[in-house]
Formats: sequence, C-alpha cells, structure tokens
Amino acid sequence: MTLGSIAITMLGLLFVTFLIGRVMPIDPVLAIVGERASPEVYARVHQELGLDRPLMVQFWFYLQDVLRGDFGTSLLTARPVSEDIARVFPATLELATLGTLIGVLLGVPLGVLAAVRRGSWIDQVARVVALVGYSMPIFWLGLMGLLIFYGILGWVGGPGRLSIFYDGMIEPVTGMILIDSALAGDWTVFRDAVNHIVLPASLLGYYSLAYISRMTRSFMLEQMSAEYVTTARVKGLSERAVIWNHAFRNIRVQLITVIALSYAGLLEGSVLTEIIFAWPGIGSYITNALLSADMSAVLGGTVVVGLAFVLLNVFSDLLYKVFDPRAK
Amino acid sequence: MNAFARLLSGAALTATLAATAPALWAETPANMLVVANRIDDITTLDPAENFEFAGGDVLRNVYGRLVNFDPLDYEAGYQPDLAESWEVSEDGRSITFTMREGVTFTSGNPVTAEDAAFSLRRAVLLNLTPSFLLTQFGFTPDNIDETIRAEGNTLIVTTDKAYATSFVLNCLTATIGSILDKKTVLEHEVDGDMGHDWLKTHSAGSAAYSLVAWKPNESVTLQANPDFYQGAPAMKRVIVRHIAESATQRLLLERGDIDVARNLNPQDVQGLDGAEGVRIQEELKGYLMYASFNQKIPELQDPKVLEALKYLVDYEGMANSFLKGQWTIQQNFLPQTYLGAVKENPFFFDLEHAKTLLSEAGVDGLELTIGVRDVQERMEIAQSMQNTFAQAGIDLNIEVGTGKQILAKYRARDLDVYLGTWGPDYPDPQTNASTFAYNPDNSAEAQNGGILAWRNSWDADGLTEMTEAAVTERDTAKRIEMYHEIQARFRETSPFVIMFQAIEQDGLRENVEGFTTGQAIADASYWKVTK
Repeated sequence: MTLGSIAITMLGLLFVTFLIGRVMPIDPVLAIVGERASPEVYARVHQELGLDRPLMVQFWFYLQDVLRGDFGTSLLTARPVSEDIARVFPATLELATLGTLIGVLLGVPLGVLAAVRRGSWIDQVARVVALVGYSMPIFWLGLMGLLIFYGILGWVGGPGRLSIFYDGMIEPVTGMILIDSALAGDWTVFRDAVNHIVLPASLLGYYSLAYISRMTRSFMLEQMSAEYVTTARVKGLSERAVIWNHAFRNIRVQLITVIALSYAGLLEGSVLTEIIFAWPGIGSYITNALLSADMSAVLGGTVVVGLAFVLLNVFSDLLYKVFDPRAK
Repeated sequence: MNAFARLLSGAALTATLAATAPALWAETPANMLVVANRIDDITTLDPAENFEFAGGDVLRNVYGRLVNFDPLDYEAGYQPDLAESWEVSEDGRSITFTMREGVTFTSGNPVTAEDAAFSLRRAVLLNLTPSFLLTQFGFTPDNIDETIRAEGNTLIVTTDKAYATSFVLNCLTATIGSILDKKTVLEHEVDGDMGHDWLKTHSAGSAAYSLVAWKPNESVTLQANPDFYQGAPAMKRVIVRHIAESATQRLLLERGDIDVARNLNPQDVQGLDGAEGVRIQEELKGYLMYASFNQKIPELQDPKVLEALKYLVDYEGMANSFLKGQWTIQQNFLPQTYLGAVKENPFFFDLEHAKTLLSEAGVDGLELTIGVRDVQERMEIAQSMQNTFAQAGIDLNIEVGTGKQILAKYRARDLDVYLGTWGPDYPDPQTNASTFAYNPDNSAEAQNGGILAWRNSWDADGLTEMTEAAVTERDTAKRIEMYHEIQARFRETSPFVIMFQAIEQDGLRENVEGFTTGQAIADASYWKVTK
C-alpha cells in the first residue's frame, strides 16, 4: 500500500463513518440533555454541537480536527476521545495480541499436522476443534469458561484486568498491564494480571486457532499434492524436510495474510468477550458509544481500528517482501 | 458438568492456567466495599447536571445537602443535614435555614451559608437538564440574588408562591440540592463555567466520601472522609465496578470478589437461593408499570368501560410468574415509600364482573392497538393483557417498536393504548401527581407532551385543581390526606391502569449490613455500611 492509498482509504473510512453517524436514527442532542430537557436547553446543545450547519461543512470541520489529533469530546465520559482511546486501546491490544499468539502457536502446527496426517485421528480432532470454534457462541463459551475455571475450580481471576485491590497500583506506561507491571518489577500485580487475562485470551486464542488451523490445513493440502513435493520425496528427502522446508515454506505468505486478518478481527471484534470479562477495551468502548449516540467516540474509535487494519496490512505487505522474493 | 470440567482440564489450556494459579481469592478487605453495578449511564458528576442513576449514587455519598434522608429510616422523611433547622415565614414564601456549625468540606474549608447560596444559584445559572427542579419555584438568573441569599449563618430561600414546605424541602434532597465548596470550585473555573468542566470528574463536597477516580465504563472509587460530621464511615474505600452481565455479577458475588451485586436478573436471583454466604435484599424503587387508554376513542370514555378494563388485567398472575420478584402489585400513581403513598389495590382479574360492566356500557366487541417497547417483560405483559382482554371480546393488537418510536407516538396522542413505565423525577408526590393527575389544558394545541394525562387526552376530571391545592398545602399531614383523596378518585375515574412497582433485588455478601439503594426516593448510600 502506498501512502496515497492509505490516505484515501482513511478518508473514505472517515466519510462513511461520519455519514452513518449522521443518518442513524439516534438523536445525539437527546443523548446529552435527556428526554425531559426543555426546548431551550435542547436548542442550545444542538447549536453547540454544530448540527445546524450543512452536512459537508460539519464533515470539513471534523476532518480538520481529526488531522490535529482532536476527535472531540466524548458525551459519555466528558473527556477527550483521544484520551479515552489511549486508555482503552492498550487493553484490547494486550488481549488480542495474546489471543493471536495462542492461535498461531497452536493453530499452525495443528493445521500442518492435520494436513500431513489427513484422515487420521489428529485430523478428526482438528476438525472438531475448528467446528466447535466456528459454531459455539463466544458469550456462551466465555460464561462457561468463567463458571468452570473461575467459579468452580477457582484457577483463574475473575472479570476485569486486575483484582480490584490492585487497581491503580501500577502507573500506566504502555497501558498494557503485563508490560507495565513487569517494567515496574511488581510481580504480584503481574501474576494477578496474568491470572485475569489467561481466560479471555485463551478464548480469543481458541477462535483464532479454529480459523488459522483450518486455513493452514487447506493450504498445506494444496502444497502436499503438488509435483515438487513428490519430486522432493523421490529425491529421498526426509518427510520432515519435505513438510517444513518445502511445503510449509510455500504457505508462509498466505498464512501471514490469514494471521493478520485474524489479528485485526480480534482487535475490533472481541466485543462480547470484553463485555463478559468486563474488559475495558475498544470493542466495548465503541459499542457503548454507539448505543448512546456518542458519535465523537464512535468516529474516533472507528478511525483507530481502521488505522490498525491499514497498519496490519502494510506490515503484512512488508513481510511478503521478506518471505517471497517475487514480491520485491 | 464434572465430565465437561474433566475434559477441559485435560487440555493444554488447563496446564497454562494451573501454572499461574495461586490462592487468589480471599474476601474483599474488611474496610472496603466493592459493588458491581451498571455504571455506563454516568456522563457527568457535576451535581448541577447529573440526572442518571449511577451518578446519583455517587453524588449522594459525596455531597451534603441542606436536608437529607436517613439511609436507615426513609419513612421519617427529610431530616436536617447541613442545615440544622429551618423556619418558614408567615406568608409561606420564605424558608430560613440555619446552617450547622463546625462542618467542613473535604478540602478543610468550613461549610457556610454562602456555599449553600452559591451551589443553588449555580444550578439555576448553569440551566442544565435537572435545573427545572429549582426553577419550578420561580428562581431565575435575574432574581436569584434576592431569592437565594446568605445572611450570616442563615440561608434564605424565597419562592414565587407559598408552596408546601414539604415540596420545597423534598426537592432540596435531590442531587441538584448538593452543597459545593465554593472556594475550591471557583479555583477551577474556566471561562466563567463555574467549575462545570472540573466538577464533571472531581468532587468538592462535605459528605462521607470524596471522589478518587471515575474511569468511564470501568469503575468509580471513593475515599472515606475521616472528618465527616456524622462520624467517619466504616468502609474506608468504596469501589463501584462496571459489570454489565448479571451472570458475571453473580459469579463474582459467589466467589466473594464483590460485596454487592446490583443488576441480577430473576434467574440469577433464583440461582443464588441457598448459596453460601450470600443473601438477597429487596428494595422498592420508584418505577411504575402502567397501561393507559386514549380518551380520543369514544368507547374508552365510558366510566364503566374503564372500570371493566381495570378488572381485565391479571395482576397476580403476572406478578407471580414472569415478573416474579422484580415487580410488585401497585395500583396507585405514587410509588410506595413516597410521601402520601397508599396501599389500596382494589383491582383483580374478574372476567365476569368486567363482562357485566361492558354489557351495561353497551360495548360488544372492541378493537384496540397497544404500543409496546421491544423489551421482554413488557411484551409478556402485553401478551397477557391481549389474552385476558380477548376473553371479554376486546381485540388487543400489539404494536412493537423501539422505545423512541413508541414514545413519539404516545407523546403525539396517536396510540389507543400505551404500555410502559414511569419513573419519578424528584422525591416529592408532586412529581407524579403533576403528570398523572394534572392537565390544565387538554386541547391538542397545548402540546403538553410531558404530561401523561395530556398524552391520553384525559382532562384529569377535576384532579388538576386538587393537585394544585396539594402542592401549596403547608400542613404536611393535610397534604398527605389530599394525595390520598386524589389517588382514590384517580383509581376510580382515570384511564390509567397502574399495575406494578419495581423492586430492586440486590445480592449481598452475608456480612454486609446497612447497605441501601435509597428506595423510591433517594440514591444508594454507603456510609452506614459495615462488614
């Protein structure tokens, strides 16, 4: 992606989100003043929000603000949206990164094994794992996970990022508690944070695993039936070398796209997980904002998630170039 | 369950979990109260602006008021708080409050009559949503220097009419009556905003707690005020954590990670029955569930038909089945715990009586449309009504829509029948009387969409005058009597079928004592809580 196409993508995203915000049947003024406000209060806020101006003028002003890094003030929190996002995004980033790591570390080997031992018990297991991952509602699995591992067995921490007693004990540096507590050398808080993240991250990791293992399996099957694999075998190469040095090497580029997509999906799509685990991340932030007609927050959140998508795309493009000489 | 647990515990995931599982779960610290609640409605913590529940809970614990309710005795009504005593002038228009001596704000500044005058004036001048609670007494930006003034240790409040003292004082117990530390607030003033921006996220009060932090959609942390004039609270810290899911709240409560769960649904309340270390506490809240019948429809104007409709609702059946525990039968417009509330609930499902009344009225078959918001319990109520009405030959078509859609039609007088809730705005009977039993102009041009009687094209049958008289009656005992009369007549003649009053069912750890959510008239209070 060139800089130009990134800019156009972002501009389009901004415009569409802005437009949806304006045509939605939610009245942002009512959201601020409440149902019982007097007509004068209503009119004053309507004007303060600039809603009496033409749509394109409103968009133009909005665009100028965004370029200055100003997403406006959230109705819900009464604070600058950029400040809110700086607070909630690291929480999601931490969770989604760990989820993706679990998904990749377990999903890729599982997919490869399922392809290599096609039809064997391991393939069947991989199929069931993926099927459950696709078909089971995430909120149900989340609640069951909480019930079993937190409620009954008491192995993991409950909802939230930390036990309430540790809340506010670590100065935010990156906003990611695992990193911040490690930097501060506070291993009690670190351990508590691990205990809280392990269940939601495993849940997201499981969904990521289901997707990644299926994709890995099908990519690998395609390669395994290719002629060059047969040739390699005929040449007397070990099966291990055939699988990892030849076939797997050729699916790396495709896998990068799959992983990047899955990662981006977790960054914006883990709303239900965040709600069940009371995880104060960007998914629940945008959802709450949307339900309350807090359009500055919705727009700000969407732009940040959009930017994350674009950056992941750019990053995977760069990785292509590393792994695939043809892309250079 | 065990088999499933065993299966999962065999997985690799479990190994990771086991490696990081020390004994984490003790009870919450003895001097800390941890509450799980939905707090995503908090948008501001400025008392001149807040008009939502979770914010009201915070502010009740942070700001003292001139008069206030005792959390352990709501029946006693308003009590002296920062005002030690008050006197009403002979013409009934002025109340002189004598301030309590020796009380300080958490900043250390003394609480004075000037602070009280500043706080009330500020609310009028800022003119934000709840300001009508004060401006209904005739305070305007032009006259507040005379109508709300401090003289030495007294605050003199002069209203435009001689209102019932109980009406004025009840309104002053609302959040907008919070007394702010003028000096601290003005230190944070920006562009003449009277500290509005700063107060959205900070506190400057004199009550049991001060605000440490509000993390939107996450938590509110309060710190005890050791110098609180009623005595330092036992809970040194209160943390209210935003947990949206009922099932999650239940789990946290069962594990002892929270002390109070405030949003349990009936299933989880039932599930907690018999759980170790947990009890359910019930409190009546101010919400009423009612149906109302538009008087534009000729058949519905007949008193016999209206009476029949009141006998066609299966109150008990609903309260004992799908509404179990969270709504109780209440057939009057004042919720229980309000000044002037009555307990008469004369109506019950009586098909034969209703049929007789309908045939006396000459109504044989009637088709009506009921507007209902797409919320589970309301749809179930509408279906129950549809069923019982049909038995008497009345076809009730259910029109489902979003809250906004249905409300817009209702406010435009376009619904035959409306089913919904009503919550009082302030802790005085006038709040509901002035909307259910008051309609000074029933014409379409009046556009009084804020008044429920108007929305149903009902001229209030002479209750308008009675309501006006009650709000200016200075003898509280007499005033209560007047609301009894208004409600008796309202039950008989109004086109409103008031059915239920909400009950909040909170899950509490067994050792939590003295926690209350404020019943129908106030907000939650933490300063009497012990563990």
